[in-house]
Amino acid sequence: MSDHESNTNAAKPSTCGYSIYKWQAIRTSLNEQSLLERCKKGDKQAFEIIVKKYMKRAYFSALALTHSQDNALDLSQEAFVRAYRSMKNFNPEMKFFTWYYRILKNLFLNLKRNTSKIKNFTSEGYEALELIEEPSADVRELVEANDLHNILWKNINQLEDSQREIIILKDFQDYSYKEISELLEIPVGTVMSRLFNARKNLKERMCECIPLRERNI
Amino acid sequence: MTEEEKLKELIVKLLDNEITDSEKIELNRLLEKFKHYKSEIEEMKKLKEVSRNMKLKTPSSEVFDTYWTKVYNRIERGIAWIIFSIGAVILITYGLFKAVEELISDGKLETIVKIGIIGVLAGLVILIVSVIREKIIMGKTDKYKEVKR
Repeated sequence: MSDHESNTNAAKPSTCGYSIYKWQAIRTSLNEQSLLERCKKGDKQAFEIIVKKYMKRAYFSALALTHSQDNALDLSQEAFVRAYRSMKNFNPEMKFFTWYYRILKNLFLNLKRNTSKIKNFTSEGYEALELIEEPSADVRELVEANDLHNILWKNINQLEDSQREIIILKDFQDYSYKEISELLEIPVGTVMSRLFNARKNLKERMCECIPLRERNI
Repeated sequence: MTEEEKLKELIVKLLDNEITDSEKIELNRLLEKFKHYKSEIEEMKKLKEVSRNMKLKTPSSEVFDTYWTKVYNRIERGIAWIIFSIGAVILITYGLFKAVEELISDGKLETIVKIGIIGVLAGLVILIVSVIREKIIMGKTDKYKEVKR
């Protein structure tokens, strides 16, 4: 996902009293490096710009881990809070989102381990997928006839955590192999093999759900 | 890397349309050797076609309009809790100190009771200090604290 896509909401009026014009001036005059330096000194306005830049990516990444919209919002926001508190430990040579993603994932793993605190943390009820605006006609027909987006999401959720995560990062968030390798701290080769196994597993689950005659696209 | 692992890597690239011409030649060569992967590829292509036509639902714009406010409130509340906790610790410590002072100066109370109360309070303080110290030392020296379990 490119930065401009994740940045579409950044120009909205601020809740901290910043006007749109002042906001845009700050955005254009400062690069991310200097913003992060300001965040390190506890500057909340600089952190606001960073949050608004990455919030969509953060939300979708959290969705890959938690399955549900509410939990994804909650988790991604809490990870930003933790990131703000730990800004002093942030290494400027690292990409901010890579560092943030590690916080997000550790937070998720801690919460998941502590299951008593988070009953039904990974809810399967949320229908997270929808058709793109102009799908090919045969795919639209197949999807609508079989409620395929919900079946697909249900099966993605039944994959083990690491496979679900990599499927969503690659197939629905469009990260490159290199970006995934950085986020997950694994070699590119491992990204490829994990992706292969995840797709194979998902394919087998999908084949069980959908009658053979309906699988011809 | 074994030939089969290489084949899996090339299949992934093929599905993502990231395969080069030379890699395609290599893929075809390997598929001749591992023929059962041919049907696997066809099924994976179908799945990829379906997922290519889908996207993750974006929440309503209000969700992202209020996103920063919620993060900001959490940061602010965190700071409030820290200040509240420091204040509470100061007050409790002062209260305990005064209580012990009163007890010692109270002539009506039996010495054995004074010793008992002081013992309970001293033990409590040592326990708290010990737990805090352990947490601090562990936080500084536990090299596995970031390990994902």
